[in-house]
Amino acid sequence: MSAASTSLDAPEVSIARDLARRALFISPIFLLIGVAIDGVGGLISSGLALALVAFNFFLGAKIISRAIAISLNTLYGAVLFGYLIRLGLMAVAVLIVRNADWFATVPFAITLLITHLGLLIWETKHVSLSLAFPGVMPAKPSTDNFQE
Amino acid sequence: MLNVLAETATGEMLEGLKAIGAGLGYGLAAIGPGIGIGTVVGNAISSMARQPESAGMVRTTMFLGIAFTEALALIGFVVFILLLP
Repeated sequence: MSAASTSLDAPEVSIARDLARRALFISPIFLLIGVAIDGVGGLISSGLALALVAFNFFLGAKIISRAIAISLNTLYGAVLFGYLIRLGLMAVAVLIVRNADWFATVPFAITLLITHLGLLIWETKHVSLSLAFPGVMPAKPSTDNFQE
Repeated sequence: MLNVLAETATGEMLEGLKAIGAGLGYGLAAIGPGIGIGTVVGNAISSMARQPESAGMVRTTMFLGIAFTEALALIGFVVFILLLP
């Protein structure tokens, strides 16, 4: 595995970016659900859950893309310790805000679970389609035309 | 007076037991996904070592597999939040 394969277009980083874009796309739905359940507190809690999900994906992707440039053994260690670190960071983030007046547990929990699983299912469908039918894979924007 | 103290102690004990239960639950819920992620990454590394040309596809599948496995830990995390006193 060469370092050249871990450029900006590392597959996991592009998937994490795609997941974050989709999270942004569906965020109004979950923010509205948060408002409906617990008002402004629910809105902020849902927003926090969305941010945590996106941050979790990005951190996981960055850890993988950095570790794979070193060696496959490093990848193994980095993914497993990265998993522990990410879980710990999420726990710390919640423990910091859980006693705040605005923190609403139910909208936070609903948004965290449904967003994580829903985004993954959505992305998996997209990736499966791309792998099964490479011809219908979304094209990358070409930069060659700017020279003309 | 003793009754009041006993009630207080019981309440404190309940809070403490809840906190212990939340921590234990989160820790136990993280074991399964840890094993799962190890399996996913181990097999992905094996396939990347055997066929380096398919590394891109394997990395994509590996990342999605890790994220799906991690959803189990998130369920434990949610239970942890709900159980915290």
